[in-house]
Amino acid sequence: MSEALLRVRGLTKHFAVRQGATGAKASVRAVDGLDFDVHAGETLGLVGESGCGKTTTGRMLVRLLEPTAGSIEFQGRDITTLGRRAMRPLRQDLQIIFQDPYSSLNPRHTVGKIVAMPLEVNGIKPAGGVKQRVQELLELVGLNPEHYNRFPHEFSGGQRQRIGIARALALRPKLIVADEPVSALDVSIQAQVVNLLRDLQRELDLAFVFIAHDLAIVRHFSRRVAVMYLGKVVEIGDRADIYERPRHPYTRALLSAVPDVAAFGEQRQRIRLTGDVPTPLNPPSGCRFRTRCWKAQDVCATEEPPLVAREGSAQQVACHFPEAVGVVNEHVSEVAA
Amino acid sequence: MTHDAASPPYLQVDDLRVRFSTADGEVRAVDGVSFGLQRGRTLGIVGESGSGKSVTSLAVMGLHDPARTRITGAIKLGGRDLVGLSDGEMRKLRGRDVAMIFQDPLSALHPFYTVGRQLVEGYRTHHAGASKAQARQRALDMLDRVGIPQPDRRFSQYPHEFSGGMRQRVMIAMSLMNDPALLIADEPTTALDVTVQAQILDLLADLQREFHSAIILITHDLGVVSQVADEVLVMYGGRAVEHGTVAQVMRGPQHPYTWGLLASIPSLHGDPEVDLKPIKGNPPSLINVPSGCAFHPRCAYAMKPEPCAAQVPQLLAVQADGHRVACHLPEPQRISTYTDEIAHVGVAQ
Amino acid sequence: MSLSQIGTDAAGVDATAVPVAPQPGMVGRSPGRLAWARLRANRTAMVSGWIMLFFIVLGLAAPLIELLYGISPFEQFQDKIANNSLPLGYFGGVSGEHWFGLEPQLGRDIFIRLVYGLRTSLFIATSAALLTTALGIVLGIVSGYLGGWIDGVISWVIDFALALPFLIFALAIMPTVTARFYGPRDEIPVPFRIGVMIFLFALFGWTGTARLVRGQVISLREREFVEAARASGAGLFHILFRQLLPNLWAPILVSFSLAVPGYITGEAALSFLGIGVVDPTPDFGVMINKSLSYAQTDPAYLIFPGVVIFLLVLAFNLFGDGLRDALDPKSSR
Repeated sequence: MSEALLRVRGLTKHFAVRQGATGAKASVRAVDGLDFDVHAGETLGLVGESGCGKTTTGRMLVRLLEPTAGSIEFQGRDITTLGRRAMRPLRQDLQIIFQDPYSSLNPRHTVGKIVAMPLEVNGIKPAGGVKQRVQELLELVGLNPEHYNRFPHEFSGGQRQRIGIARALALRPKLIVADEPVSALDVSIQAQVVNLLRDLQRELDLAFVFIAHDLAIVRHFSRRVAVMYLGKVVEIGDRADIYERPRHPYTRALLSAVPDVAAFGEQRQRIRLTGDVPTPLNPPSGCRFRTRCWKAQDVCATEEPPLVAREGSAQQVACHFPEAVGVVNEHVSEVAA
Repeated sequence: MTHDAASPPYLQVDDLRVRFSTADGEVRAVDGVSFGLQRGRTLGIVGESGSGKSVTSLAVMGLHDPARTRITGAIKLGGRDLVGLSDGEMRKLRGRDVAMIFQDPLSALHPFYTVGRQLVEGYRTHHAGASKAQARQRALDMLDRVGIPQPDRRFSQYPHEFSGGMRQRVMIAMSLMNDPALLIADEPTTALDVTVQAQILDLLADLQREFHSAIILITHDLGVVSQVADEVLVMYGGRAVEHGTVAQVMRGPQHPYTWGLLASIPSLHGDPEVDLKPIKGNPPSLINVPSGCAFHPRCAYAMKPEPCAAQVPQLLAVQADGHRVACHLPEPQRISTYTDEIAHVGVAQ
Repeated sequence: MSLSQIGTDAAGVDATAVPVAPQPGMVGRSPGRLAWARLRANRTAMVSGWIMLFFIVLGLAAPLIELLYGISPFEQFQDKIANNSLPLGYFGGVSGEHWFGLEPQLGRDIFIRLVYGLRTSLFIATSAALLTTALGIVLGIVSGYLGGWIDGVISWVIDFALALPFLIFALAIMPTVTARFYGPRDEIPVPFRIGVMIFLFALFGWTGTARLVRGQVISLREREFVEAARASGAGLFHILFRQLLPNLWAPILVSFSLAVPGYITGEAALSFLGIGVVDPTPDFGVMINKSLSYAQTDPAYLIFPGVVIFLLVLAFNLFGDGLRDALDPKSSR
C-alpha cells in the first residue's frame, strides 16, 4: 500500500469544562484515541450521531483545534505541534469546507475577496493576477465569474456553499476536510453540491475527509467509511463492508434506523436502540456503546474493546462480540433479493 | 384502504390561499391547495424551504397573525370551517381538536415551568371540571405512554433536564393530553439523531393506532415520509404538485419535481457510483413566483413557452385511483420518462 | 416562526432565483448600500441629519461667518448696554445687527459667540468620541478575540471604570491636574483645558465601546468565516482587522454617533461647573451658567444658547437612532 497522505494515530481531544453550581472541573472526552489513514485522491467518510466527535476530529485535522494527545502526520511529516508559520506551507495542501453556508462567508466581503483570502493571507500572487484566478475558481465550482463583486447575501444557500468550496480550492489543496457540507441545504440542492464535489475530486485528484451524519450521502461519496460513537471509531472499512457486512452492533443499528425510500414497502427487521447517546462528559466504562447494546455482557463494562481487523480483512471493528464475517445485514439482503 | 371511501375526511382543505404583505411585496405563501384527510391516516407534506408546507399547517392551526395575513378558501375540521373563526374560538379548538408538535421542542416548552405543570395546565385549559389530581394522573399516564422512564420523577423536572429525544417525547405527550383528532407534526425529527428519530417515528405510528387520530407530517425527508405516511402531498412554490398514496408517489411519481427529489437523494442500496441527478437552479421566491407552472424554469421536460410557462397546471386525477398530478405533460409521456430516465437514479432505484 | 422564514427566503432569493443576465463587472448591493437606502427612507433621520450637518458646517465655517457677519466674538458693545447692565432694546437687544441680541454687562454678540461655542463644543465632543471609539475598538476586539487572562484584565478595568462616578472624579481631577502643571496664579491656556477635558472623557468613555465591541467579537469569533481564515494560515492582525472589523462598523458607527451628543452635554456640564472651558472662550456651558443670573431680567440670554444646545443634541441623537435602525433593521422591529 502506498504511503498515506494523512496518518492519524491516537488522536485525542478533551475539553475542560466547569460543571454545575460548584464549578467543579470536568473534562468532555470529545475525541478519544482515533487511528486512521487517508490516501491521496480517496475519500474517507466519518459518520456518527451528534456528540460522536466527528466535527472535533475535522477541526483538529486542519489544526483549528489543538489535540490533547496523539499525532497527525501529513505527507510523512508530523504536523501536530507545528507553529503557525511552520504550518503555512502545509495549510495550502490542507483545507476545510464548512457546514453553514451563512456563517462561513464574511458578510462584509465580496465574493472575490472571500475566495482570494487564502491567496492574500499566504502572500501568493498567481500568474495572471488574483482576479483572474478567482474567476477561474468561480467557474470551476459552477458560478458566474462575473459575480466576483457581489456580496454573500445575494446568493442562495447552494451558491454560498459553492463559494466556500472555491475558497477551499484557492490554494490547490491535496486534502479537504468537508464538515457536513450539504446538511444545511435543501434536498434538491444537496445533490448539486455532492455532484460538484465528486467532479472536483475526479478532476483535481483531491482526497477528502467527508464528515456527515447522513449515512446515504456518506456511502455515495466515500470509498472508505469510519463509524464513530462517543469519541471513538467503532468500525472502519470499505464502503461495501460497512454498509453490507457491518460487524459492529452500532453500525447495524444505525443502518437499520435510516428511513430509506428505496426500502419502502419492505417488511424489514428493524433494530431499535433505546435511549439517547450518553454524554461524553461521563462516558460509560469499557465499551461506550454497551448501555444501548442488546449484546452487551459483563466484559463489555470492564474491558474496552480494541479496534482490530480479523481474518485478514481490512475491516476493523471495536467489539467483543462482533457479527461473524460473512453475515450479511438482513435487510440489505432482502432488498437486494 | 377500503374504509377510505366510506368515511368522510375529518380534515378537508379546499382551495386554501395564504398571503402575507411584506415590505417587499405580497408573498403568496400558499396558492390554492386542496386535500382531505381521514382519522387514522397520516398525510406527509413534502417540500423544500419556501414551498408553503409549514404555512399550510399553521393556517390549519390558526396561528397566523391576522393583521399581516390574508387567508381564503376553506379549512373544514370535522365539518366546521376554521377560516374566519375568531381568536377565542380558535383557541378553544387548539390543543383539544388539533394539536401541534414542533421541530424544536426546547423553544416550544416554557423553560421556567416544570414539564408536569405545563402538561397539567394544557389539560385543565380544556377540561374546566378536572381536578388537579385528575390532570396530574393524566399527565403521568401520557408521559409513561410516550416512553419516558420514571414519569413521576420526570414530572417535576424542567425542560432543560431532558435530552433532545426525551424532550420531543414530552412534546408529543403534551399534544396528546386532550386526545386531539388531528395532530400536526412539523419536522418533528429533523433535529434528532437518526437512532432517536427512528424511536420517535415508531412512537408516533403506535400512538396513531391507539388514538385513531389524523396526522399531518411536514418534512423535507422523503425517507421519513415513505416510512410513516399513508398519503403524500408534494408542494412546490406554494402549490400542490402531486398527491397520492405513498406507493403511488414513491414508486410511480408523475411530476418532474417529485422525480427531481427522488433522483437527488442517494440511496443506501443501489450503485453508489451512479451520479445523482440534481434539480438545476434554486427554489423560487414566493414574491415573484414564475408564471405558469412554478417549476418550469427548473424542469428538464418543460414545454416552453406554451403551455408550461403560460398556464398554471391543475392538480388532476391520473389513471391510478386517488393519484393527482399538476403537470402539462401527457400522462403516457410522464410514465415512460419516469421508467426510462429516473427509476434507476438515487432512491428511486 | 414561519413568517420570518418566509421573510428571509424572500430576501435571500431575490437576486438569485430569477435568472437574470448579469452585466459584466456588475457590482452587487453591498450591506452598506442597503443600509444607506434604509436610512434615506427614514424621514426623521434625514431631517435630523440635515440639521446636524447644518450645525457642523456652521461650526467649521465660524471664521467665515465672523467675516460676513462683521462682528468678532470678543467685541464689546458697551454703548448698547443700559445702566442696569441689561442690553438696550427688546428681547435681549435683538436687532438686524445683533441677530440673537447681546450679553448683559459685557455686551458681546450672542449669535457669533454661539457659532464659536458650537465650534468648541463640536471639536471637544468629536475628538473625545474619536479617541474613545478608537480605544474602545482596540481594547474590545483584543479582549473579545483573545479571551483568557487578557480579557479578564480588560473586563475588570471596564467594570472598575464604569463604577467610578464621572462627575465627582472630574471635579477632583481637573484642579489636581492643572495644579500639577501650573501655579495657582498662572493663566491656564485654553488648549490645555480642552486637552484635559478630552483626556477625561476618553478615560471614562472607552468602556462603553469596548464592551460593545467585545460582545460582538465574542459572537463573531466562533463564526466559520473566521475559522476559514485561520485554516488558511491567517495571522492575528488579519483576523482582527480584516475579518472581524468590517463586521463591527455598524455598531461602532452607531455608538460613535450616540457618543457625540453625550460629550456635547458632558462638555457643557463641565464648563457650566467651571472646570471646563472658561470665559472669554465662547462655550455653551459657560454661557448658560452666566445667563442663569439673568434668567428673570433677560430671558433671551438663556433661551438662545439653551435652544441651540437642545436642537444640536436632539439632532445627533435622532440621527444616531436612525443610523441604528438602518444598520441593524432586526434590532428595533
